[in-house]
Amino acid sequence: MSAEAAVFYVFAVITVGAAAVVVLARSLIYSAFALLFTFFGVAGLYVLLGADFLAATQLLIYVGGILVLLLFGVMLTHKLYDLNLKTEVTQFLPAAIICGGLFVLLAWPIEVSLFLPRIGRVRILGTLWQTSWATGTGRAPAATTEEIGRLFMGSYLLPFEAASVLLLVALMGAAMIVRRRKDA
Amino acid sequence: MITLPHYLTVSAALFTLGLLGVLTRRNAVNVLMGIELILNSANLNLVAFSRFGPGNLQGQLFAIFVVVIAAAEVAVALAIVLTMYRLRRTPNLDEADFLRG
Repeated sequence: MSAEAAVFYVFAVITVGAAAVVVLARSLIYSAFALLFTFFGVAGLYVLLGADFLAATQLLIYVGGILVLLLFGVMLTHKLYDLNLKTEVTQFLPAAIICGGLFVLLAWPIEVSLFLPRIGRVRILGTLWQTSWATGTGRAPAATTEEIGRLFMGSYLLPFEAASVLLLVALMGAAMIVRRRKDA
Repeated sequence: MITLPHYLTVSAALFTLGLLGVLTRRNAVNVLMGIELILNSANLNLVAFSRFGPGNLQGQLFAIFVVVIAAAEVAVALAIVLTMYRLRRTPNLDEADFLRG
């Protein structure tokens, strides 16, 4: 196993394992901290894919911004003396069957051959492992930051400006929604 | 040799786990965490296709836009959750039925 493969599997296990803790943990605080490890794992995968600027962005915005916002949300929607912060789970079994089936259908990585009584032999392998993907140069770009800056200021100027307006609108909208009204 | 399907498998696992969180959790903040997992899986797909496909940066640019939209979404969604908590004293989504006639 090459070094790249070893690093990939480490980050993949961190990402998926922490995501499982996010979904299955009983405590909201455990979920939030597991989400931190998921974000770190995804940032590591970005580095492996040659997206260094995006990995830094992931750490800055997700870990520094979104995760802190979510923790604020956890703290503000519970009474402060209510320290157990449990969350209930509803309809777990059907949802688990649907999600597990979706994963097997999409991405089951190891081919399994089953023999079912009336149907006969069934081969289980995710569709994305059976697809022959068109491959291009297959080479990671070198340093990406400068080129991303050029694209944002060049061909992608309009979406860039639209995203900045969207952020402004979201900021003002969030402030308006949570504001306490005098007359209420 | 790590190829495109490896990354897509990690992404599919993240997506299905996020979907499981969205479907099963009652707490609104926890549902938001599931949505973040789904957005991260989409980003991972975009970057992986960009790396193994044409080898240019357009997938990464899309991923940056997705991050921006995720930040805006979580801010507005938390504002709504806080307002709901102030009105009903509950963060649970199935108790947010103010609009039922």
